[in-house]
Amino acid sequence: MIRLIAIFWLVASAAFAVQPDEVLDDPVLEQRARDLSQGLRCPVCRNESIDESNAELSRELRILLRERLVDGDSDDQAVDFLVARYGEFVLLRPDTSGVNVVLWYAAPVMLLIALGIGWSVIRRPAAAPDDLSEAEKAELQKILRS
Amino acid sequence: MLNELAHFALILAFGVAIVQMIIPLIGAQRGNVGWMSLAEPAATIQFLLTGFAFAALTWAFVVSDFSLQLVYLNSHTDKPLIYKISGVWGNHEGSMLLWVLILALFGACAGWFGGNLPMRLRARVLAVQGSISVAFLAFLIFTSNPFTRLEFPPLNGRDLNPLLQDPGLAFHPPFLYLGYVGLSMAFSFAVAALIEGRVDAAWGRWVRPWTLGAWMFLTVGIALGSWWAYYELGWGGFWFWDPVENASLMPWLLATALLHSAIVVEKREALKSWTILLAILAFGFSLLGAFIVRSGVLISVHAFAVDPERGMLLLIILGIFLGGSLTLFAFRASAMQSKGVFSTVSRESGLVLNNILLAVSCFVVFIGTMWPLVAEMLFDRTLSVGPPFFDAAFTPFMVGLAIALPLGSMLAWKRGTLERMSKAMAGWLMLAVALAALAYAVQSGGSALGPVGVALGVWVVGGALADLWLRAGRDDLRTRLRRIRNLPRADWGKATAHIGMGVTVFGVAAMLAWQKEDIRIAEIGDRWDMGAFQVQLDAVDQIQGANYVTTMADMSIWRGDRELYTLQPEKRFYPVANMPTTEAAISNGIIRDVYVVIGDPQANGGWAVRTYDKPFANWIWGGCILMALGGLLSLSDRRLRVGAAAAKPVRTGAVPAE
Repeated sequence: MIRLIAIFWLVASAAFAVQPDEVLDDPVLEQRARDLSQGLRCPVCRNESIDESNAELSRELRILLRERLVDGDSDDQAVDFLVARYGEFVLLRPDTSGVNVVLWYAAPVMLLIALGIGWSVIRRPAAAPDDLSEAEKAELQKILRS
Repeated sequence: MLNELAHFALILAFGVAIVQMIIPLIGAQRGNVGWMSLAEPAATIQFLLTGFAFAALTWAFVVSDFSLQLVYLNSHTDKPLIYKISGVWGNHEGSMLLWVLILALFGACAGWFGGNLPMRLRARVLAVQGSISVAFLAFLIFTSNPFTRLEFPPLNGRDLNPLLQDPGLAFHPPFLYLGYVGLSMAFSFAVAALIEGRVDAAWGRWVRPWTLGAWMFLTVGIALGSWWAYYELGWGGFWFWDPVENASLMPWLLATALLHSAIVVEKREALKSWTILLAILAFGFSLLGAFIVRSGVLISVHAFAVDPERGMLLLIILGIFLGGSLTLFAFRASAMQSKGVFSTVSRESGLVLNNILLAVSCFVVFIGTMWPLVAEMLFDRTLSVGPPFFDAAFTPFMVGLAIALPLGSMLAWKRGTLERMSKAMAGWLMLAVALAALAYAVQSGGSALGPVGVALGVWVVGGALADLWLRAGRDDLRTRLRRIRNLPRADWGKATAHIGMGVTVFGVAAMLAWQKEDIRIAEIGDRWDMGAFQVQLDAVDQIQGANYVTTMADMSIWRGDRELYTLQPEKRFYPVANMPTTEAAISNGIIRDVYVVIGDPQANGGWAVRTYDKPFANWIWGGCILMALGGLLSLSDRRLRVGAAAAKPVRTGAVPAE
């Protein structure tokens, strides 16, 4: 039992996202750090932001980010600093450079196309005459009435 | 022995499914009644055989038969019974067996309750359903056999992932699968109709209960998963836009669209080819989801048993079914002539808008989910698409949907008037704006999220109520109330589901906008402010649980000098799996949840403690339950039970009470 608890401490100490000792005294600066870290991906985890990740690297990045902000970096400067080291992989909100334009504008364009098609369907002139045979109509009526 | 029998039963089921796929289809083509009527017994036998295999595997888990590799890897004798049972589907092989079982169940149900379908259509539906079974039984038997034996059975197992040892997660996968796989029925009906070359109002009416049922299960399944994430992961997030979550959201969005467009087919004989396409795509996205979850091509926090080779096979299955059905669609779509004509202002137009918004929002999720893969393969850019993208790109569609919902749902079929609607909604519009303004005034600081959520929630809920009110005609209050009470259940279902949507929209916006968080180091006896409350750390103890050790804190919640209640957050450690979990303690409330988490002991005394104030959190899942309830009400409407003369309910008996 004692051994179990010993293991327990060892593992448990790796858990928990933002630690109390990381939190900055200045609430405005801390809020900026939180907002930024929620948009930055932990490079070694499985799809988690550094804000929610328990990994040691995430903790270092959170602290690093806060140091940059305390040193007076703007939001963009602090983020660029991390992107320069870890690549655009860490950005959870991809930028609009290059081919990413497709990602950002595909949906609005699709919406316009869909609205156009929808509009043309609604305004379509009367449809072709009924092509059900008499027997089929009777059958259909029987089914619908029941 | 039992396990070998079960394995053999699976192989037999595979053989039966092949028969079910081929014979009735040929029978339907040639008009051979005997061949066609083979479909139903084949579907029943296939279900019984798979059911036997599933029962045998469950039994192996219950008695901890470690001679089975699967039981050894995912169970342990100390585990509580419910998690021994849920362990059956808490792994790749077992969950595929569950998938196949549900597939067979739906096929069998179509046989049992489809007595009123024309024989030809029924034979074709069952044959298509059989072909899906063939694919997945082959996948199960040849790549993911759950009955693999170990030569030397170990004394004990390796335990189930502790995160999965939770009631929420015990029920989350079965519901999700009932939803995913339920969409196969819509697919089978669509393909059968394409083979037949005809879609009519009756088809719309037949396909709707199956879609509705699948949609309901999917709604509950997604809500359960989200609720589990909320209370288990330790910081109260409820949706992460993770690929695996998106995999369940995409079929849900399309199933919702399908549900609505099938109404147009049934009532107005319009949008036929579009509805068929939706039915195909909805199930296609279910298959895509299975591929995403199990192949590991996209990095997800859901550490599922990932295997690229199996993923490849799933991709082939997806390609065959989607490619085949879309080819068929391309040949036959032109035969689907719309009959109903409708004016620009009409219920039909409203439903077209609903379908456009839902389909495009599904497209947003799709492109966001797949983009990292596309960018890496084609453009050599390793990038991520995460919550900030989806929040920005997806939310506008949901806002649009919420704005349009009451307007569209209130319009009359064929030709509606804006006047009738604007009279009914003017009051609600004013109330929505007024309450949003109030919310904006009360909240300190500028985010528009909260007020917009309030306005949309009031607008959607008000719209559903106003719709019921309008249906009651123009008489005195008592007559109107009586009429409302006597409205068909389908109308009640519609109102309930739409109210649920409004409630969820409000809950999501309110919680995200107004939640508060506090992270600190607390000594025993410390008390601090948390919103309108104070929180005090009273004690921290070590306790031995069934198959874990836990650090449990007593934290009392105070308002002024009055102690309200005590919460006991835990940090558990599961020695067999060598894994810690956080068990947040939550006081659930209608207005707010108080959510506390105990962290690590600090080097120089005290404990890391997190406390959250989560306003209106339960409204998120409450709304989902209302939506599913609306589906259930609608499903119980006798109009949907086609051939009520035959007095056979459509599968309502199979709906669990939860």
